[in-house]
Amino acid sequence: MENKPHELATDRQVRRRVIFSFIGFFIFISLVYLAFRWLYHTPDAAGVHAPLRKGYEVNEKIFGGTFNKNTLVKTYPLSAATTHVRVNGDVGMGDGFDPKSWKMHLVRGTGDTLLISIAEIKALPKTEIVFDFKCIEGWSQVTHWGGVKFTDFLAHFGLDTLAAYKYIGLQTPDKAYYVGIDMNSMLQPQTILCYEMNGKPLPYDQGAPLRLIIPVKYGIKQLKRIGTMFFSNTQPADYWAERGYDFYSGH
Amino acid sequence: MKRIVNKHPLAIRWFHWVNFPVLAMMIWSGLLIYWANDVYRVGWDDTTVLKFFPDSFYKAFNISGRLAEGMALHFVFMWFFAINGLLYVLYTLISGEWRYLWPERKSFKEAWLVVLHDLHLRKTAPPQIKYNAAQRIAYSAIIVMGFGSLVTGLSIYKPVQFGWLCTLCGGYEWARIEHFALTIGYTLFFVIHIVQVVLAGWKNFQAMVTGFEAEQLPELEREPSAETTNSQNS
Repeated sequence: MENKPHELATDRQVRRRVIFSFIGFFIFISLVYLAFRWLYHTPDAAGVHAPLRKGYEVNEKIFGGTFNKNTLVKTYPLSAATTHVRVNGDVGMGDGFDPKSWKMHLVRGTGDTLLISIAEIKALPKTEIVFDFKCIEGWSQVTHWGGVKFTDFLAHFGLDTLAAYKYIGLQTPDKAYYVGIDMNSMLQPQTILCYEMNGKPLPYDQGAPLRLIIPVKYGIKQLKRIGTMFFSNTQPADYWAERGYDFYSGH
Repeated sequence: MKRIVNKHPLAIRWFHWVNFPVLAMMIWSGLLIYWANDVYRVGWDDTTVLKFFPDSFYKAFNISGRLAEGMALHFVFMWFFAINGLLYVLYTLISGEWRYLWPERKSFKEAWLVVLHDLHLRKTAPPQIKYNAAQRIAYSAIIVMGFGSLVTGLSIYKPVQFGWLCTLCGGYEWARIEHFALTIGYTLFFVIHIVQVVLAGWKNFQAMVTGFEAEQLPELEREPSAETTNSQNS
């Protein structure tokens, strides 16, 4: 029919074709309407409608599956780093915290927690990175961070076997802010446990004494003021993933 | 008796009408995302001619504070947008429909004559098959823009794994600007498209649903098949 641009028809035939086409058209419109109505009546799954949460998970499979930890994030010269680093969020950063008496609680297993001081961490080889820090809100900033490469940290404390777990969980000392990160992203060589910003000790509001810098994730994953680190094969609780955001939130 | 002039193949109508709610959802969810970092404007130095977007706009459409919802929607509907668009391109290439759609060398000159004609500044419009020169340019540009949205979108979504694509877009921030500008482009296209469809009249609109236009044949013309039929205006 489509190869035959012109054909003859009686008025009745034409009318029939028009009517049937429009019935189909209205069925289509109704289906679109019903689909949206259905979507907005599906149950909530941690802050978003269940099918959309499923969408996040499918996307994680598609893009997380192609994630190559040897792909490096673009780095910049020191001069490109801003001196006005944005502070965006203070959950878990409550008052009454003393960075001097801080120790990281590293949970190796049930009842087996290693306490690590900032001096021990600073004694390890330092890795610096200048990269475009990206916030899930849409802004980004070229910033300069220094600390210990996460893989160096694992190796030093003899924790390599723990890298076999699927996830790492991090919590602030008051447990008010917490993130879960897939191990693949944690082992990307640019991930650091960070204690310096712009060559100076990490400021209080940037998470002193120790924060996570993981350039393959949005800022929401780069937890400030690390209190506890643990390893898990199930998805650790994640503050923003519980509030409608993608658990993966990675680049 | 009527002569039926087949105009839009079923596949093209399908892709067109599927794209309508999908693109609407992409623009809507894009707005929910953009709100979280709404830094774009038209202006210079301290002078702002147009801010994207004024608070009244956010208020009117209840856009504020829905970033997570916006992202969740955007990253599901992007698949429908991409797949529908790719199928459309494949279909037009395989079926040969692209011949009516892709601009010819003369289209760029003729498009001005079409515009002048539409603005009633010129009596005659250049002859056309199915689509006029301005339509060819517009309908092809919108496909190129769709492709641009996929490329810039992917650059923002996965700027590390698709770092080369991000670099091609001029970096992360430029990719976001381009992605936004393309969306403004869609809304401008939409406005002009609607005006043109309204001006073209019901028969033209109906053809996008039914696929054909029916023309009344004069009583005398009993055997039109004997004639060579010329191409019709849209």
